[in-house]
Amino acid sequence: MPAAQEAPSAGGARPLLAIEGLAKTYPGGTRALDEVTFRVDRPEVIAIIGSSGAGKSTLIRCINRLVEPTAGRVLLGGTDIVKLAPKELRAARRRIGMIFQEFNLVDRLTVMENLLSGRLGSVGFLASWMRRYPPQDIANAFAMLERVGLAGLHDSRADALSGGQRQRVGIGRALMQNPDLLLVDEPTASLDPKTARQIMRLIRSLAEERATPALVNIHDVALAQGFADRVVGLQGGRVCYDGPAADLTPEVLTRIYGDEDWSRTIRKADEDEA
Amino acid sequence: MSAPAAKAHPTAWRKHTPRETAIHWIWMVAVALASVWSVSALEIEWVFFKDAHVQAADLAERMWPPRWSYLPTIVAPLIETIHIATLGTAIAVVFSVPIAFLAARNTTANGFTWAVGRGILVASRSVNTVIWGLLFVAIFGPGPLAGIAAVSARSVGFLAKLVAEAIEEADRGPIEAIEATGAGTFQVYAIGILPQVMPVLIGTTVYRWDINVRESSVLGFVGAGGIGLYLYASINQFAWQQVLVVLAAILVVVIASEAVSAWVRERIS
Amino acid sequence: MSAAAPYPTRWRPPPFFGTRSRQNLAWVAAFAYLVWSVSTLNVDVKRTLAGFGRALDIFARMFPPDFERWELLVKGMTESLQMAFAATLVGIVLSIPLGIAAARNLAPRPVYLAARGTIVVGRTFHEVIIAIFFVKLFGFGPIAGLLTLSFSSAIFLAKMLAEDIENVRTGPIEAVRATGAGFGQLVVYAIVPQVLTRSVGTAIYRLDANVRHSTIVGIVGAGGIGQTLSASFSRYDYDFSLAILLGIIALVALGEWFSDWVRGRLR
Repeated sequence: MPAAQEAPSAGGARPLLAIEGLAKTYPGGTRALDEVTFRVDRPEVIAIIGSSGAGKSTLIRCINRLVEPTAGRVLLGGTDIVKLAPKELRAARRRIGMIFQEFNLVDRLTVMENLLSGRLGSVGFLASWMRRYPPQDIANAFAMLERVGLAGLHDSRADALSGGQRQRVGIGRALMQNPDLLLVDEPTASLDPKTARQIMRLIRSLAEERATPALVNIHDVALAQGFADRVVGLQGGRVCYDGPAADLTPEVLTRIYGDEDWSRTIRKADEDEA
Repeated sequence: MSAPAAKAHPTAWRKHTPRETAIHWIWMVAVALASVWSVSALEIEWVFFKDAHVQAADLAERMWPPRWSYLPTIVAPLIETIHIATLGTAIAVVFSVPIAFLAARNTTANGFTWAVGRGILVASRSVNTVIWGLLFVAIFGPGPLAGIAAVSARSVGFLAKLVAEAIEEADRGPIEAIEATGAGTFQVYAIGILPQVMPVLIGTTVYRWDINVRESSVLGFVGAGGIGLYLYASINQFAWQQVLVVLAAILVVVIASEAVSAWVRERIS
Repeated sequence: MSAAAPYPTRWRPPPFFGTRSRQNLAWVAAFAYLVWSVSTLNVDVKRTLAGFGRALDIFARMFPPDFERWELLVKGMTESLQMAFAATLVGIVLSIPLGIAAARNLAPRPVYLAARGTIVVGRTFHEVIIAIFFVKLFGFGPIAGLLTLSFSSAIFLAKMLAEDIENVRTGPIEAVRATGAGFGQLVVYAIVPQVLTRSVGTAIYRLDANVRHSTIVGIVGAGGIGQTLSASFSRYDYDFSLAILLGIIALVALGEWFSDWVRGRLR
């Protein structure tokens, strides 16, 4: 995969990811995304915030086309993902890791099988059916297991783990792809506050050490401020804020979510960082 | 009761409104008419019933005592009966999985493949094992092979229907996650969906095997192998004491297979 | 990730049967069974290979299906349908006392055991076996089929009814008993309301099952479309056989659709 080496070196000249005029109208007529445009020029953690139904989930799913966008372009390292034929799309998806709210592990498979499913794109059908993965993938999977703090659990069944552990497997699966981009959909919404912070810290540190940009849909404004470099605010399918996480003010939050007393939310985030 | 403020409570109470009652009556009358029609049209000769109990008693008497010396003769056909059920079920499992993926709305390729899958389900399930037996005896000639083919032909639809339903109800989340890794379609089926439907597949397979043991016990009537042939022959020779032995043997085998099937299903759930 | 890390490069999924050796044993056992069962089957290879040619021949002779004798077809199907319907009714009537007798929470112990025993033995034998006995007792024709299906329906419905009764909530039973009600009143007021909807659903399902089974009792001469089919097969009248098979598929599919429709409305 030559593109994989190309992307991180792209630097300032070519954006790592550029989203241009992305729109999605669902068959029922609901306009979920409307002219969404932003670009990612360096590996950073970008929180996408907005109220329920603002289009966060649709935006993330349009990037790897789990949802087909109606119009617009998604440029990942120069290729427009929207235009790709099914086979090329699969190749592009291999470069994009995805982490889910409900973890979306295959419950009846072991932790190891779930991790290795991140490598499905690089092995043939028969090999994946017989669970014959290359030795390097297996070693990487064991290393990954240790990195996400689950060493020794490789033979546990996914449905035997706690929520936080399951999300760690989900993170590991996405990173096993060696992605150029991480899509993270509400990673903490099914977790308790303490586990949520641990998971966000893990995602952030992994994205940093691999210099991988990460788009994180997140409900919790305090978490977004605490762990993201940049915030993109969506309102009614449109981008209504795009700037540093530190610059979030009550005015901005009112623009995104509507009228509410935001001072406590923001102060709490400051305290957490201290 | 002469108190001035006494409220006039209704003294009549019906459970159903008149309309509901009318609908109930219409259903009842329809069922009654249908039953009268169906019984009368069968042209039953009621005189046969007069001495039925005498005949039954006579038959029971002729069956006793069972001729246990016949037992060694039927051990091999009994084992063959179980083989027919087991091999037939095994073949059905292999074919049922791809057919289930064809017949499930969310995994079939297009409307045409879905129609093909559904068509196979309907044809396989509507035709009884014994009738499949007739057909395969005509093709392969008499013998256990026709029985195995018949059992598979009927079981494929049974298994595939339940597995297809499980596929349609499979959790979208893991499927989406496997798709997002860039896996091919068949990898999504094998890694994302198959593990989810595995309990259904194993459970229904074991359940169907137990039904198939029972079905195999009569396949011999149409020449498709197993114990049925010996039962049929004994009846036609009026060897009622042998018939009783065969019936007892079938009873033991069927109940034992039911117990095994229940035990396995208990363990996997 | 660096390749130098001391991580294992080999990994196999944990075995399904607990340990690796047990897993291997299971494979060996499965293979041994396959060899043993196939070897005892005495398959005539030449006859089998000839079968594929014959299959083509039979299919060729089946097409186009021959609906010329549609009167015979309709007569057989009507007979099957009548048998199925009448048998379901007789089955319902017989199953009520048997089902109550086989419910652990209602029947005295000896009655319960006797009823359960009847159900276990009755369920064991395939409809065709039961049919052949009724043919011996009542001669060829639909009467034997009707009795066969009635018998197996009664057994099946009684089993389901007994299970439903056993799963009934005990509160209402105690409450009705506490009013001093007799056994009949207990059944009508505490049991029937709780099991009625399910029982009607089961009965409709059984009607559907009886339509299926009515197509096979004819194999041993107990009437219905099965008898017509069996006759056409023995006369190598394959184009008529296909017509009958298509008729059966339509009838069964219709029965299933009807059964699903009614049961959907009951909920």
